[in-house]
Amino acid sequence: MAKLYSKPNPKNDNLTPKDETIKRLLDYSKALSVINYNKLKFEALLN
Amino acid sequence: MRNELIQDAALVSNYIRGDENALAVLIERHKQKIYSFIYSKVYDKDITEDIFQDTFIKVIRTLKRGKYNEEGKFLPWVMRIAHNLVIDHFRKNSRMPKFDNAGEFSIFSVLSDNSLNAEKSIIKEQVESDVRRIIEELPEDQKQVLLMRMYQDMSFKEISERTGVSINTALGRMRYALINMRKVIEQNNIILTN
Repeated sequence: MAKLYSKPNPKNDNLTPKDETIKRLLDYSKALSVINYNKLKFEALLN
Repeated sequence: MRNELIQDAALVSNYIRGDENALAVLIERHKQKIYSFIYSKVYDKDITEDIFQDTFIKVIRTLKRGKYNEEGKFLPWVMRIAHNLVIDHFRKNSRMPKFDNAGEFSIFSVLSDNSLNAEKSIIKEQVESDVRRIIEELPEDQKQVLLMRMYQDMSFKEISERTGVSINTALGRMRYALINMRKVIEQNNIILTN
C-alpha cells in the first residue's frame, strides 16, 4: 500500500470560539454607539 | 438554504435597527464555519480566537456605521473579512517572525544577558584577587614570565627577548609557574570558579 507522506491535518474537533470571546463581542456591540453629526460619524464606546 | 439567507438578512437589518440579540443569533449560527475557516489557515487556536474576534469587531463597526450593503450575503461577507485578516496576520508575521517558545527551541537559550549580576561580579572580583595573591607567591622568574604572558599578552619570543633567556627557558618557567599555582590552589583548597 502506498505510503502517505503528507502531514496529517490537526484534529478539527471542537472548532468553535470560546464563550468569553463571544461574550466580549456582544458586550462590545452593546457598548458601541455611532453618533451621526452632519456627514460625520463618531464612534463612542460606552462602558 | 434560501430560508436561512433571508433570515440572515432580516437579522442584519434588525441588528442595524438596534436589536442586539440579532447579532448573538448571527454569531451563534456562523461561529463554527468562520472559526474553522480561520483555523484551517493559521493552525493555532489563540491566533484563530484573535482573528475571529477582530473579524466580528469589523462586522459590528461596519453594521453600526450603516455601511453594510450586501444584504442576503452575510456569511460570504464575513468570510471575506476573516480571509483579509488572515492575510494581514501572515504579512505581519513575515515581517516580524514570532517565536512562540512552544517547541523544543527556546529563544531564551540564545538570548542571554551577558552582564554579571551583583553576586557574580563579587565572586569574579574575589577570584581575581585570589589569583593575584597566588601569583605573588611564585618565584620571581616564573612570576615575571606569567605576568608578561597572561596580563601583557606577550608572545614567548617577546618574553625571551625582554628577559634575556631562550624561548625554551621562558616556556619552562611558564610551565612551572602553572604547576606551582595549581599546587598552592590544591593545598589551600582555594575555589576559583564563579
